[in-house]
Amino acid sequence: MSENVTNVVIAGLGGQGVLKASDILADAAFACGYDVKKSEIHGMSQRGGSVTSDVRFGPQVLSPMVPDGSADFLVVLAEEETESARRHLRPGGVLIGPQSLGASSLPNRRSLNVALLGVLSVRLDLAVTAWHDAIRANLAEKLHETNLEAFAAGRRAARAK
Amino acid sequence: MEKTDRLLLSGNEAIALAASRLGVALGTGYPGTPSTEILENFSRLGGRAQWAPNEKVALEVGLGAAFAGARALVTMKHVGVNVAADPLFTAAYTGVTGALVLVSADDPGMASSQNEQDNRRYAVAAGIPMLEPSDSQEAYDYTALAVEMSERWRTVVMLRVTTRVCHSKTTVRPGPVSAPAAPSFYRDVKSRVMVPGYARRAHVRLRDRLDDIEAWNNAEGPNRTDWGPVEFGIIASGISYVHAREAMPTANVLKLGLTYPLPMETIREFVAKFKRTIVLEEGDPVLAEAIRAAGIRVESKPPMYRFGELTVARIRRILDGDTSPEAAPPPGKPPQLCQGCPHRTVFQTLHDLDCIVAGDIGCYTLGVLPPFEAMDTCVCMGASIGVGLGLRHTLPEAEARRVVSVIGDSTFVHSGITGLVEMAYNPPVSGHVVLILDNGTTAMTGLQEHPGTGRRLDHGAGRRLVLEDVARAAGADFVTVTDPTADLEAFKTLVAERLAAGVLSVIVCRRPCLLAARQIRQFSQETEGTAGHE
Repeated sequence: MSENVTNVVIAGLGGQGVLKASDILADAAFACGYDVKKSEIHGMSQRGGSVTSDVRFGPQVLSPMVPDGSADFLVVLAEEETESARRHLRPGGVLIGPQSLGASSLPNRRSLNVALLGVLSVRLDLAVTAWHDAIRANLAEKLHETNLEAFAAGRRAARAK
Repeated sequence: MEKTDRLLLSGNEAIALAASRLGVALGTGYPGTPSTEILENFSRLGGRAQWAPNEKVALEVGLGAAFAGARALVTMKHVGVNVAADPLFTAAYTGVTGALVLVSADDPGMASSQNEQDNRRYAVAAGIPMLEPSDSQEAYDYTALAVEMSERWRTVVMLRVTTRVCHSKTTVRPGPVSAPAAPSFYRDVKSRVMVPGYARRAHVRLRDRLDDIEAWNNAEGPNRTDWGPVEFGIIASGISYVHAREAMPTANVLKLGLTYPLPMETIREFVAKFKRTIVLEEGDPVLAEAIRAAGIRVESKPPMYRFGELTVARIRRILDGDTSPEAAPPPGKPPQLCQGCPHRTVFQTLHDLDCIVAGDIGCYTLGVLPPFEAMDTCVCMGASIGVGLGLRHTLPEAEARRVVSVIGDSTFVHSGITGLVEMAYNPPVSGHVVLILDNGTTAMTGLQEHPGTGRRLDHGAGRRLVLEDVARAAGADFVTVTDPTADLEAFKTLVAERLAAGVLSVIVCRRPCLLAARQIRQFSQETEGTAGHE
C-alpha cells in the first residue's frame, strides 16, 4: 500500500459521467482499504457546464480537494476541457484523455468515462477485482457488460503504449 | 472488519443514516443545493420524509413534531433559513419536548446560490446551539449529538454544514446512537404560547440555557486539540479544519465542533500557550469577532479571504500573510439551458418582445445568459412577482407595459402565491403579466417533487395543487394554460396581446422538463387512479 496520498482529478462536461467515474474510482480505492475522500461541486452539472471531481486516497487524507498543481493524474473526458483543467496537474503528472485510447474503438461512446478509468487503472496499485466490483456497484445491470468491456479496452490501450 | 463497519458516504448521506438510526420520526424541508440529498436518502432508508411548500412551513411542521415529543429533522439551504427565520427565532424561546435539528447547508463560493451568507450568524442571533462537522464521520456523529443536545436542553439545535461537507465522500464508521421516546402530548402553555408575559420569562430561560451549554462545551464539548511542535496556534472549525491541518501539519490546532455557544475558557487556555494564534474560518469572521470580543488576542484572515471557499492553497497564503491578488482560475464552460428545454422558447419570446423581465430562482435563471439575455432581476425565491409589480407601479407607462414576472412552478408554490394576492389587491395601473414556467418538477436541484406535481417526495401519489386554480382564486383577470413550444408564433402573439391589454394576466407555460419527462410519465402511470384529486 502506497505511503503517500494519490491525487486524481477527473474533468469533463455535464452529462459525460464525470461524477460516475469518480464514484467508481473512490469505491475501488476504498475497497482496497485506503482512506478516501472525494469532492466535487454539483448542482449546475446537469446543464452541460464544466464539471470536475477530485478523488484522493492514501493512509490518511485531510482536505477533500486536490490542491491546484498537485494532481498525480488528470483524467479529461472532453478534449476542449484539457486546457482549463491542466492547472490541476503537478509537474510530471500524467494526463489521460480520449487520445489515450489510441486506435482502440469503444463498443459505446457513452462508456468513455469507464474506458479512461481502464487506462488509469494500469497506473494505480488497486486490485482489478475492486475495479470490477465498483463498476458493477455504480451502474445499472444492463450497462455492466458494455462498461466492463470498455474498462478492459482502456487497460489494453494503456498496455499497448 | 465487516464491510458495513466502514462506509464511504457523502456528508448528506451520513446525516440521513444517523437520522434513520436515531429513529427520527419526521424529516421535512425544501429542496436546495447542497442540502437536497439528505431527505432523499433518509426516505430511501425507510424514514418518513416530506417536501414542504417552503422552509417556513417545514420548520413549523418539525416544531410541532418536536412539541409532541418526537425527533424531527428539518433541512434547507442557507437562504432557506431566511424563509424559516420567523418560526426559528421564537422556537428558540419555546424550546422543544422531543428533538428538533435544523440542518443549514451553506454555500460559500456560491456554487449554486444567489449569495454566500454565513448562517453561523443565525445561531448567534436566534440563540440556539450550533454544531459544525468537518467531514462525513462528524456529520454522522454530530447529527446524533444534535438530537441528544436538543432533548437534554430542550432547544432547537443547528447542524451547520457547507457544500464541501455535504457533497464530499469520506469514511464513516457509524457508531451506536440513543433510542427515541414515544411521542405524547402534555400541556405546557407557559413554554409554548409566546404571549409577552410568557415570552419574557422564556427569553431569560434561553440565556440561562446558553450559559449552561457553554459550561458543558468548556468541560466536555466536541472540541479537541492536535498538538504540534511549532510555537503557533490555529483555531478552526468545519471544512477549514481539514484544510488547515493539511496546509500546516506542524501547528497546534484547536478544532471546535460546537461553535455556539463558544467554549471561551478552552479557547483562552489554548491561546495563552502561544505567542501567535490565528483563527481560520470560511466566510464571515464570526469566530474571530466573538473571541476578540471576549478579550482574547487572536489574528484573523485578511478581508480578501472572506470571499469564496477556502482551500489548502488559500490557507497557506493566509498563513504567509500573502495578500497579493489571486490568479483567477480559467473560466470553464458555463451551464446553459438544455437543448430542447421548453424555457428556451419562453426566453426567446421575451427577448424578441424586448420585455423587462423580473426573474426568479431556478434553471430558468439561465435565461440571463446569451443568446437570450432576457432577465433583468433575480433576487430570491418568489421575488419575481413583487419586483415586477414595483417596477410596474413606478416606471413611465411605456416602460411599465414591458414588464413581465417569470417564475417556475416549484418557486411559485414556495413563495409566489402571496405575490399574486398582492397583484390583485394592489394592481398596477398598466396591469401585469406573470408567466409561470411549469415544467412539472423542481428541476434545478435535481428533479424533486412539489405540491404542483401531485406526487410526494418518494414520487408516490399526493393531492395536486392546480396552479391555474390558485391564480384564479388569487384574483387574476385572465388565466391561460399553454404549451409554449406547440406554436411559437401563437405564444408570442399571446404574450404581446396580454402586455398590451393592461389587465392582470397569468400565463401558465406547461411543458415537462426535458430531463424529467420520461420519469414523470413513468410515475404518472404508476400513480394513475390513486391520486386524490381530479
